[in-house]
Amino acid sequence: MRAALTRPKAGAMALLVPAVVFILLLFLYPFGYGLYMSLTDPGGAFSLGNYTRFFQDARDFRTIGVTLGISVPVTLIAVALAVPLAYHMRRGVPGERLISFFLIVPVTLGTVLISEGMLTFMGPNGWLNQLIMALGLSKTPVRFTHNYAGVAISVGLQGFPYAFLMLLGYISGINPDLEKASQMLGANKWQTFWKVLFPLMVPGIAIAFCLNFVMAFSVFPSAVLLGQPSGPQRVIAYAAYQWAFEKFNFNAAAAISMIMAVIELVVIAFILAWRSKMYKGASIVGKG
Amino acid sequence: MKDFKCISVRGMTKRFGDKVAVDNFSLEFGKEEFVTFLGPSGCGKSTALNCITGLIPITSGEIFIDDECIDDAHRSVPPEKREFGMVFQNYALFPHLTVKENVAFGLKLRKLGKAEVERRVGDALRLVHLEGYASKFPAQMSGGEQQRVAIARCIVLEPRLLLLDEPLSNLDAKLRVELRYELKALHERLKVTTIYVTHDQTEALALSDRIVVLRLGKIQQVGTPERIFSDPANPFVADFVGFKNAWEGRIESLEEKGGALCARVRTKGGLLEARLSYSEGDPRRADIVAAYKSGQSVTTAIRPEDIVAGARSGSNVLRCIADLVEYQGHANSISACIKGCEESRVDLRSVSSVSYGESFDASVAPDKVLLFAPSPEAPTVGVP
Repeated sequence: MRAALTRPKAGAMALLVPAVVFILLLFLYPFGYGLYMSLTDPGGAFSLGNYTRFFQDARDFRTIGVTLGISVPVTLIAVALAVPLAYHMRRGVPGERLISFFLIVPVTLGTVLISEGMLTFMGPNGWLNQLIMALGLSKTPVRFTHNYAGVAISVGLQGFPYAFLMLLGYISGINPDLEKASQMLGANKWQTFWKVLFPLMVPGIAIAFCLNFVMAFSVFPSAVLLGQPSGPQRVIAYAAYQWAFEKFNFNAAAAISMIMAVIELVVIAFILAWRSKMYKGASIVGKG
Repeated sequence: MKDFKCISVRGMTKRFGDKVAVDNFSLEFGKEEFVTFLGPSGCGKSTALNCITGLIPITSGEIFIDDECIDDAHRSVPPEKREFGMVFQNYALFPHLTVKENVAFGLKLRKLGKAEVERRVGDALRLVHLEGYASKFPAQMSGGEQQRVAIARCIVLEPRLLLLDEPLSNLDAKLRVELRYELKALHERLKVTTIYVTHDQTEALALSDRIVVLRLGKIQQVGTPERIFSDPANPFVADFVGFKNAWEGRIESLEEKGGALCARVRTKGGLLEARLSYSEGDPRRADIVAAYKSGQSVTTAIRPEDIVAGARSGSNVLRCIADLVEYQGHANSISACIKGCEESRVDLRSVSSVSYGESFDASVAPDKVLLFAPSPEAPTVGVP
């Protein structure tokens, strides 16, 4: 393997160029530009005003709480539901393809189509409410749209498949003999799950949580279509949108997106700290 | 540990759909016995082991420990309550736990006191020579060390039955021999009733009190290592324990001489004398007699080591032409054909060197020749 030991040739390094250019142009430059904009006033002078205004304006500041109030519980529930389902399906179950199909469909349809569908299906005259009233569960239509529930359900439907598919891949990669070994040592299914499988799933759970949280925290179409974007469901992304495209203050909007990024990073750091506290050993030991 | 005299498996069968993985498996395991399931891959040996642990539910049959029925295919004691220990080919250590936590895993489930857990883990690690490894993680250890941890993790619980599923197969040749010695020493010392699964006849011969040879889910032969090695019950077992030279032939004469059955067999390569020590009541004897009477063909089985290069007076001289010579250190492995009969292959070992294309005489003592009559159902020879 001499070739592997020598330094990569210049030609080989050149293969990296498209990826580097891509990252520079589409991530680093916009990010740096956004940061620069957030720290200047519309005239171009340095200013922290965009940030101080956000934190002083109660209507803007509370969007952090509103967005966390949607994204954290929804992500927790999505991951909490994905873990047992992935556990159940770890060795494959009959109809697995069908289940996967129905889980992947919401991802492919896109938020707008789902939200529109939910508006009709779950609306006051939708089938769901007709069913609820026909069954006598409620005399008046239950509100699932234009409120917290609508946004939460929509965000959850979007995020759950990601969490599930990621955790399924993770748990089915755990050597099945570990479960057998645990059982032979006297552990029942419950003990085996909590003492062996769950700790080994922690890295997967952490990643699934992070991805889901970031997606949910930047909720925008669901909040606009299924919530009350000017009222209780005024999420942080909507605040940024209003600054940019209603008040045409891109500097204030940039500051809000920087605040979003910081909050997301803080939550991710928190999750990763939990992960390293829970899981110290090496990664999954494969078979053979 | 709950004491017992005998574990008995009666008519255990496992089907996966149409496929019968374990077919009517019946065997008694005495306390302190070391029994090996030996067979090629796909023979059902691992499935049989997993059925005994309860990890794979059985289709029919019963498993008893003395009078206590632990499985009758309808109701079964779950694996975690059987007090069996199992060691896996891939070690199956918990990667997120240290060596000490791995070994303590079962003890902690039994809610033992901290001091006792500490003491027993220490004892177990000392037993497998891993005293200084308590705080390491499995990924930081070699395969041999990991397998020792796995063994310690089982024996620390003093299981009623220890099951080892190809525990040495993932190790390199040198480690495999070392750990084999240790397993033997450990069994001598602890006397844990053990079932060992392997496809390696050397391991089976070295470790076992009794060997069970399996093929296609059926028991082919049960016996001591000596018995399996020198007196295989059928051509399959013979082939698996190293007999070669399976030549077809017809018995020309058959007579009782001094407690043995003396047969003269006409093969393509020549006339061969066989002195069979098949005793009265041995199904192989009846089959040979029947084959002689009906004129059916029989098959020989001779170990390459038992064919001696260099002429010998008397019978069973084979005139050979060497066409493949492999130097193997202690001897040469020679593949030859019989002069004038190219399709008859002879496999033998020779200390003196024979070169390619050279003609030489070889001979085999009649009592080293085994004969098998083709029987539709492979016979089972049991040694109680």
